[in-house]
Amino acid sequence: MPPKTPKPASPPLDKDFRRAHTETVLQLTGNKTLTTLVDLARGDAGTLEEINLPGEEARRLMELGFLPGMRITAGWSAPGGDPRVFQVDGSEVALRRETARHLRVLLDPPKRPL
Amino acid sequence: MSDSDGASAASAVALAGAKGGRTAGARVALIGPPNSGKTTLFNRLTGLRQKVANFPGVTVERHTGVAVVADGREVPIIDLPGLYGLSPRSEDEQIAYDVLTGRRGDTGKPRAILLVLDSTNLARHLMLAAPILALGIPTLVILNMADDLRNRGGRLDLKALSSELGAPVALVSARQGEGIDQVFEYLAGQMPKPAPVELPILQDVPKCREWAGRVGCEARYRAPAPPKWTRRLDAVFLHPVVGLLVFLAVVVGVFQTIFSVADPAKDGVDWLIHLSSNWVASILPDSLFRSLLLDGVWNGVGSVVVFLPQVLLLFLFIGILEDSGYLARAALIADRTMARVGLQGKSFIPLLSAYACAVPAIMATRTIENKRDRMATILIAPFMTCSARLPVYTLIIAAFIPNRPVLGSFLGARALAMLALYVLGFLAAVLTARVLKSSILKSGRAPFLLEMPSYRWPTLQSLGLRLLDRSAVFLRRAGTVILLVMVILWVMAHLPLIHGHAPGIDRSLAGTLGRTIEPAIKPLGLNWKVGIGLITSLAARETIVATLGSIYGMDPESNQLGLERALEHDLTFGGALALLVFFAFAMQCISTIAVVRRETGGWKWPVLQFTYMGVLAYVGAFVAFHLIR
Ligand SMILES: Nc1nc2c(ncn2[C@@H]2O[C@H](COP(=O)(O)OP(=O)(O)OP(=O)(O)O)[C@@H](O)[C@H]2O)c(=O)[nH]1
Ligand SMILES: [Mg+2]
Repeated sequence: MPPKTPKPASPPLDKDFRRAHTETVLQLTGNKTLTTLVDLARGDAGTLEEINLPGEEARRLMELGFLPGMRITAGWSAPGGDPRVFQVDGSEVALRRETARHLRVLLDPPKRPL
Repeated sequence: MSDSDGASAASAVALAGAKGGRTAGARVALIGPPNSGKTTLFNRLTGLRQKVANFPGVTVERHTGVAVVADGREVPIIDLPGLYGLSPRSEDEQIAYDVLTGRRGDTGKPRAILLVLDSTNLARHLMLAAPILALGIPTLVILNMADDLRNRGGRLDLKALSSELGAPVALVSARQGEGIDQVFEYLAGQMPKPAPVELPILQDVPKCREWAGRVGCEARYRAPAPPKWTRRLDAVFLHPVVGLLVFLAVVVGVFQTIFSVADPAKDGVDWLIHLSSNWVASILPDSLFRSLLLDGVWNGVGSVVVFLPQVLLLFLFIGILEDSGYLARAALIADRTMARVGLQGKSFIPLLSAYACAVPAIMATRTIENKRDRMATILIAPFMTCSARLPVYTLIIAAFIPNRPVLGSFLGARALAMLALYVLGFLAAVLTARVLKSSILKSGRAPFLLEMPSYRWPTLQSLGLRLLDRSAVFLRRAGTVILLVMVILWVMAHLPLIHGHAPGIDRSLAGTLGRTIEPAIKPLGLNWKVGIGLITSLAARETIVATLGSIYGMDPESNQLGLERALEHDLTFGGALALLVFFAFAMQCISTIAVVRRETGGWKWPVLQFTYMGVLAYVGAFVAFHLIR
């Protein structure tokens, strides 16, 4: 067995985890917007900052890929916008709004103005 | 019709193998995240046919089988429900967890683990490898879906991955059989303990993911391109307008084909049965035995068997729904409706499978984390129109509803009536859920988390096998339960002997029984003949069809008419409607009662459920009869 030297982790994780410092939901950091997953429209992407849910529920979300530092893209939803499918860490997971509301994300700047 | 029939047969095989083989008790467990292909691999290894479908949470109990390795040794294999991590939250995860940690007394810790991961999503699936390897049990890491990985341009270095994990790694395609030899070789070999490697703190999910990412990096894992077709198909199926239209078109199409496509097939089977019945009549001398064969078997069991094409068609549609991955989308679309009655989209998956049969549906509720939600889903599942109701509905509809077009050739009156009955069952289910969830089963809202599988082509082979298995179940039931009831019915219809001759059916034991309960069902517009059918249908719903076929066949007034015409003569339209409503609501199914007792751990819930559904059926039928008369 070759000796192990710590190598940088796979892309999304090698950035150190940013922690949210304030309770403000909307905050501007450079050209990125801090918001929650509910506010992502189809096609929007962002980086997960924090899960504001009790331990057990947060754990299950993390096991499904919703980890701080991960990129999340909003996909299609059921008619009416709830629940919505999110692409995260190679899989697609559906969440209700009531859950998505507790996931804070840093929104990517829009690629082109709508 | 339960899936556990197959399970117990499988474990019987396993026990025999454990006794005869040289590896008694040394079981190998299949572990992995949901929908990673564990059961597909299990079926490959053991030659069994446990249920495989394209959504998470298909397997909800453990199944045992034996793999025969190169030197002829038999290795017992256990298939288990999927696990996202080692912190079980639902009943099915608990089962996998207990077997893995040796908490189920009868098995002990597994001798080895086959860890099945989806190679197209390796980084996330590798997260599970950390806690599994930490158990110190010999493990083969199986990267499944090799075909999919290759087609979408992903790759990795297996040697490097193996040395990173300290355990052997095999890249296989369980579906296509590629690489399965490596699994057999592993099972035949020494199965050494995993080499110690540096593992992350298991409680810390982000650390585990970081570790998985690093291991993936070391193994030069290149993730495959995103599944293009899944995105394209979702753009159609989850489109707010088009999606709903497609959904409606599919539903209407299913019911229309049940009458337009399956009907000629049914007539064909009917014709065959007639032909063979005439042949039997011509070769046997006139005797009691001939009468038993003709009245009991051909008129009785035969009138159920003719509905095989309808039932198979239904299962074909369910099979396509489950194997393609659309089912998870349907659950997503239904979530809002389910939320309104206090349940969640996950409850919709068992409810959909209840369209086949309530027994596996009730077992499938094990995937629902919230205990009270699970209980409510168990209690409403038998309202969903199961395939045993299909022969009853088809018969009565064909006898009483003319075949008129409603929406051109797209939807006929009969298909519409059938659709209405399915909607009726669904409404009864959700309204009951509403009542339960706002009273005795009130609970906080459980979060809804559902992984959407990629769409896959249902293979002809898997659909074919499903239909074959279904036909076997259907015919076995006709040949055992229903046949037995028919023989008893025939005997009761020929007793007591008067001067050595059978009395007329109305004065026989069976007739007397029917007349005894007639006062109770007269208010529903039903007579004693249907009464006998209602009693026999307690064994299995479709037995009423066999019973009526047999009784009308024995009755000289109606024996030349054929079942449909005889029924039309015997009942009013209101009575027929009452009978339909009764069947939509009543819980006439012993296997369902038994499985509810097992899953809820007592008689309280099944008794409550049986009573509630019975009262609702009676009142519903009464109202229907008096409204339409
Ligand atoms: N392309 C491809 N598909 C596969 C392969 N193995 C399994 N599948 C498909 O993956 C889906 C899930 O397979 P299952 O065997 O039911 O998965 P499971 O791990 O038992 O799932 P649960 O019982 O829900 O935990 C099915 O649609 C299979 O046809 C494979 O090697 N390649
Ligand atoms: Mg399975």
